[in-house]
Amino acid sequence: MADAVSTANIVVLIPAPLRRFTNGEAKISSSGATVGELIDTLEASYPGIRDRICEADGRIRRFVNVFVNGANVRSGDGAATTLKAGDEVGIVPAMAGGC
Amino acid sequence: MLDHLTLPAEMRDEIVAHARESAPRECCGVIVGLSGQPGELRRMTNTYEGIDFYEVDGRELLSLMKELDEKGWDFTAIYHSHPVSPAYPSPRDVEYAGYPDTAYIICSLENPDAPVVRAFAIVDAQITELPIHPTA
Repeated sequence: MADAVSTANIVVLIPAPLRRFTNGEAKISSSGATVGELIDTLEASYPGIRDRICEADGRIRRFVNVFVNGANVRSGDGAATTLKAGDEVGIVPAMAGGC
Repeated sequence: MLDHLTLPAEMRDEIVAHARESAPRECCGVIVGLSGQPGELRRMTNTYEGIDFYEVDGRELLSLMKELDEKGWDFTAIYHSHPVSPAYPSPRDVEYAGYPDTAYIICSLENPDAPVVRAFAIVDAQITELPIHPTA
């Protein structure tokens, strides 16, 4: 039986600005035991996407929000947030600024 | 590459109204549509409680992103207000600009009786003003 985390069992919603990395795909299936691992898996398939989501040290960038089943991981364990089969991960660049 | 923004007069008026209602805080919202054409204006919640910044509620944004994907629409423009400063992207507007294919609209209430609405592309920290056309 396949390891649960090695199969593409997590749905990832890709925002429009990052679809140039995913050949235009808005929704992809991927895998990872944590959000950080998931992003590493994405990077293997879509080189360049990781730097748009994470800092060099693996933390999620300040200008990007990552949601697991609608909950912002910044309020919890960040990139260490654990994932399970069937989870939906949404990557959403912030719309923000200031005068 | 964006070269202009189509912004119907009623949407421009709605942005100004939203800016006035929200002052002294900044308002924010989006215009969504198909292939750069403005379909609907959506007011969004600014989760920042102070008066010199805005951040669109992330969960609202995620929900809207899913809705747009189902319809095949995208973000035509992102708007916010500058209650007391000019209609030009601030350093923090540029720092946070993560949507290079979407126009950024800024509504200034610096002169409350003469609001100014301008549009910009912000790509790799480069600001380019976009002419606003009331019709396609």
